[in-house]
Amino acid sequence: MNRILGEFLTTFLCNKGAAVGLAVLALVGVAAATAGFLFPFSPWDMRGAPFMPPGEMDFLLGSDSLGRDVAAGIAYGARVSLLIGAVSTVVAVVFGITLGAVAGYAGGVVDDAIMRFTEFFQTVPSFLLAVVLVAIFSPSLASIVAAIAIVSWPPVARVIRAEFLSLRSREFVQAAEVLGRSRTAIVFREILPNALSPIIVLASLMVASAILLESGLSFLGLGDPNQISWGFMIGAGRSVIRIAWWMSVFPGVAIFLTVLALNLVGEGFSDALNPRLARRR
Amino acid sequence: MGRMRLVRFLALRVVKMVAMVFAIVVANFLLVHAAPGDPASVMAGEAGAADPQFLAQLRTQFGLDQPLSTQLWVYVSHVARGDLGVSYRQQRPVASLIAERLSATLLLNGTAFVLAIAGGIALGALAARRVGHAADSLITVLALGFYATPIFWVGLMLVLVFSVWLDWLPSFGMNTVGADFTGLAALADTASYLVLPALTLGLFYMAVYARLTRAAMLEVASQDFVRTARAKGVPEGGVQRRHVLRNALLPVITFGGIQAGQLIGGSILVETVFAWPGIGRLAFDALLARDYQILLGVFLVTSVLVLVFNLLTDLLYAWIDPRVEVM
Repeated sequence: MNRILGEFLTTFLCNKGAAVGLAVLALVGVAAATAGFLFPFSPWDMRGAPFMPPGEMDFLLGSDSLGRDVAAGIAYGARVSLLIGAVSTVVAVVFGITLGAVAGYAGGVVDDAIMRFTEFFQTVPSFLLAVVLVAIFSPSLASIVAAIAIVSWPPVARVIRAEFLSLRSREFVQAAEVLGRSRTAIVFREILPNALSPIIVLASLMVASAILLESGLSFLGLGDPNQISWGFMIGAGRSVIRIAWWMSVFPGVAIFLTVLALNLVGEGFSDALNPRLARRR
Repeated sequence: MGRMRLVRFLALRVVKMVAMVFAIVVANFLLVHAAPGDPASVMAGEAGAADPQFLAQLRTQFGLDQPLSTQLWVYVSHVARGDLGVSYRQQRPVASLIAERLSATLLLNGTAFVLAIAGGIALGALAARRVGHAADSLITVLALGFYATPIFWVGLMLVLVFSVWLDWLPSFGMNTVGADFTGLAALADTASYLVLPALTLGLFYMAVYARLTRAAMLEVASQDFVRTARAKGVPEGGVQRRHVLRNALLPVITFGGIQAGQLIGGSILVETVFAWPGIGRLAFDALLARDYQILLGVFLVTSVLVLVFNLLTDLLYAWIDPRVEVM
């Protein structure tokens, strides 16, 4: 097991993109963790004159229309983005795995019903559905996480279902059945561990798209009103872009770097977990 | 594919689409009921009188005292007749509010889609032709970049560069207010307003299609019939165009159809950035005014647009690939 892990890590880290992505992600993580230490004040506090360009009055990245520190906003905003990205992905993955596993293992009518249900969520425009859900259940961390999870679970369910369909008739599963192991044991101990590697890749990409979704929601004013977030900052800078470009440029760069890093890490996972595919490319 | 099979294929798709529309209408009904404040109290609030008698009268008048299943049936039959309810704040039917905004949205999305698919296929073909060269790497890097950029931020940056700094293009609205252009001048005026939002919406999907085309072309290029074509002396350009690209287009079209739906859904952000007077902007204004009737109406109409688009893609696919199986 250790040897396999070592091999995986070597392949993963030899991928330059993945290594850079991991480094950027670590940087964002550090910014989120030390926000309170770097900026020992609330990101909503007025710290000086409004519309100060970057570098003036101790504002590293400028100040916004109410004299708030843009750099502090970005550091505190990293917390919200990472938190929402991670939690909503976990929720979506758990939900998707459950539905996909049931569909793939049970087959028949159950499979049909679940797949129709999945198809519904794949057809409906996902961003608009998220907007409607957050608007109706009023914006809060919980409703945003729930809305993002609701629009992002279908690919997980489809992938897991396909894996289960192909794994359930393999010899080692039949052997477990012959040995008389319970259904739960077969699903959780035999099939699921073998179906996980595509989910790891998918999950890292889902965190990235969750962060993009969250930024879109908070840009439209559907962020948690108590938490500063990157999308909200861009939305606030939108109407004053002619006089204060830094208000919308820097939070956007933060989103871009974070999402790009996550995508690179995802690709690194994909290459390290499917070496055959990577070599073919 | 025989004509009978084509008809059967289409009939199945239409049945599936109708079922999907029904599911969306039911979901919409449930969301209307989940929305805070029942319509009667909202209306009473707008009217400025909220005594219980008036509320009860309103509830009876709009059937809100009926069982949920009856209300669902009433709602479904209304939607089937094109009645999407009334915006209590604007005192106008939602359907007509959406109808007058729809053409702007279709213009924006149509332009962006054509731009994305034409540009994406061209760039993807170029990248596949020069695998490993600078052009290929550049296209791959650009695609990776657009994947990671929030679409509304791309829009704002384009505004910053082309409207604020260079002052080449307008950034706000759909035509010059008070200019009263006619004929060609009006067309050119609207076109200049269309450039930035269409680019914003199109660039991301152009990157998606470029990557798809590149991957599909590389896949096809290694197949036997391509080697045969080369062996019998077809010039390289012809091999790439007639044999490789043509076969590589199928997955691009399938995926393009699916993505186009998401494109319409994402246009709410772009319309918000550019104050483009389409249904996305309508939804954003409804969001600010907490006008859930309009928001849900836009959601319904957009979902149906997506379904129509998927059906069109299926048609196109069946027309291009005669081997298509009835799914």
